[in-house]
Amino acid sequence: MNDIFLELKEYSRFVWRCLQRTIDGDWRYFTWMTALTAVALLGLNAYCKQFAAGLMTTGMSDQVSWGLYIANFTFLVGMAAAAVMLVIPVYVYKDETLHDVVILGELLAVAVIVMCLLFVTVDLGRPDRFWHMIPGIGKFNWPISMLSWDVIVLNGYLALNAHICGYLVYCVYEGRKPTKAFYLPFVFVAIFWAISIHTVTAFLYVGLGGRPFWNSAIVAPRFLASAFTAGPGFLILTLQVIRRVTNYKVEDKALMMLRSIVQVSMVINVFLLFCELFKEFYTDSAHVASAKYLFFGLHGHYGLVPWIWTAMALDLVALTLLVLPVSRSLKYLDIACGLAIVGIWIEKGMGLVVPAFIPTQLGEIVEYFPTLNEWLICAGIWGFGLLLYTLFLKMTLPVLTGELRPEGRPLADLGH
Amino acid sequence: MSDPELPPEGGMSRAAFLAGMATSAVAATAAALAPLKDVADLPSLEEFLQKHYTELTPEDKKAILERIAKQVEKDTGVRPNLKDPPPIPGVEFGYALNIGRCIGCRKCVYACVEENNQSRDPQLQYIRVLKMRKGSIDVETSDHHYEGQVPEEGFYYMPVQCHQCRKAPCVKACPVKATWQEPDGVVVIDYNWCIGCRYCMAACPYYARRFNFAKPSLPKEDVNPDMGYLSNRPRPKGVVEKCTFCLHRTREGKYPACVEVCPTGSRKFGNLLDPDSEVSQIIKNKRVYVLKEEVGTLPRFYYYFDL
Repeated sequence: MNDIFLELKEYSRFVWRCLQRTIDGDWRYFTWMTALTAVALLGLNAYCKQFAAGLMTTGMSDQVSWGLYIANFTFLVGMAAAAVMLVIPVYVYKDETLHDVVILGELLAVAVIVMCLLFVTVDLGRPDRFWHMIPGIGKFNWPISMLSWDVIVLNGYLALNAHICGYLVYCVYEGRKPTKAFYLPFVFVAIFWAISIHTVTAFLYVGLGGRPFWNSAIVAPRFLASAFTAGPGFLILTLQVIRRVTNYKVEDKALMMLRSIVQVSMVINVFLLFCELFKEFYTDSAHVASAKYLFFGLHGHYGLVPWIWTAMALDLVALTLLVLPVSRSLKYLDIACGLAIVGIWIEKGMGLVVPAFIPTQLGEIVEYFPTLNEWLICAGIWGFGLLLYTLFLKMTLPVLTGELRPEGRPLADLGH
Repeated sequence: MSDPELPPEGGMSRAAFLAGMATSAVAATAAALAPLKDVADLPSLEEFLQKHYTELTPEDKKAILERIAKQVEKDTGVRPNLKDPPPIPGVEFGYALNIGRCIGCRKCVYACVEENNQSRDPQLQYIRVLKMRKGSIDVETSDHHYEGQVPEEGFYYMPVQCHQCRKAPCVKACPVKATWQEPDGVVVIDYNWCIGCRYCMAACPYYARRFNFAKPSLPKEDVNPDMGYLSNRPRPKGVVEKCTFCLHRTREGKYPACVEVCPTGSRKFGNLLDPDSEVSQIIKNKRVYVLKEEVGTLPRFYYYFDL
């Protein structure tokens, strides 16, 4: 008992010392953090306006009842799930290439899940009643409602990753070998859990018979393929920033392995998209209306057409770069990743969520245009998420490089 | 990466710099929160802690009805006759609409708004009348916003409202059981439990559900004081609402407002469990169909035509 108490004390001390690191930094760090804080606060301000006036401050309507918030949520669930693509090579295939960066992927998952939860919260008409969703004290419609599943898997994934990151980094800090029983089972559960968060999020849409655009078995595989493109793509960009502004070493071969992951996922992603488009347009049944609206416009309404063709162009350029040897050069790899992330963000967000509502179940066409306030709230959550991720990195990297050790202990060069 | 000894800006001490950052952050946060001072409809503690409808004791219900009645009186100046009529045993409500007789006059739409205390600005309507071209059952070619003389040559009219489905996708979707099916078949919403996620709206194949994007406005002269807890009492901002077959009327033996007002007698309502009721007879003897049969919702709302 006393041991546990001491351990907890030591752990709090560890967290506190890591936290102290977050107020250290050069002008670049403070500028970055100030900018993110400013964006996050603009978002908070916009949300307060929405809270006071209601969701009328958004572009949503009875006809298009979900918009940017749920679109971002869907995209980000994928980003969070993508950590699994680093975990599998390291823990299942014992491949050491990504060993040093896997924890950075898991930290990203934690920050991104927080963003997901925020996006769902800002979409609620009655955020004050969030407790109705808490199992036990609320009235949880589990296992019937897919949304209740989503609440469980997202919070579970957050807890799993927070535990894995906290425990492993703490062990590095203490300079001891992690006890397998304390993390390996969680790592393997987290692999399945990562797949489940994005599958459940897909099923949220797939399960609705009244929305033919979503009612397609390919949505979950498409979600996973696009997630495994955008997530590792984002990490490729992050890792290069890290190795430029910190003394944490990220080897080129880790980036190249991530490139292979992004490459294969992108090929599968585009293939699945092609399958979906074939089914929609070749069949040409009444169910094609939403896809027609998305790609070509419907009855004189073209709101999403520029978006989706931008996404298609970005996807195709990214795909071409990724499959060509040219993306072994980091410059082109970065461009490819950047384009793929934006392309997938559009395709999965505006391209998946919004057209299912257009035309409505009764054939009416009401278009959706997000308001400035809505954009600000989204930007705010992105700003806050990046802020959180930066803080996590700032706390973790000094431990991983061996700079931060318990007081009175020599700075051992343990690596990770 | 970091050098604790180095002040980030020349001439300023590190502590002063950090203190300055912290102060500006607090000030900026306070400024960001400023719009909250306009919040006028925060729930009271009782409202916030109110339990789910199915867990309420009769005393709880009494207290809640009294609290809501007071609130309505305060907001609108009209003292309502607020009740919570229970379903009648042995009754399952069904609706039949004569698609051949409807002339598209939309009297039902407005009678519904008046009966059910819907928000007037923005105006919420539960019934949508589609003007359909003869020769087509494709709703995509319908006109939702037709004006002028009705009925117009070459068209027919198809009103749509909540179909009170036996297998209701909206009930399945709700993550907090804020919407459910009553024993008499009516799908209801507890406006005090709905979290406003709008998943039910995505799930509904009939565009039957409406959301209160803004605080509903109901002028004093428009208030219908005969109210039911699960039906037409005024709704708060941020929750979903829908047609309830006017259960505050129908559970007391009256017809829904839309049935009563229809000038052509196109709307029929009654007990599906009674083989002699008008709806049962129509289903037995007329050419009857349901909308979007392929989605498997098994509606209690039937369309029929004479022949």
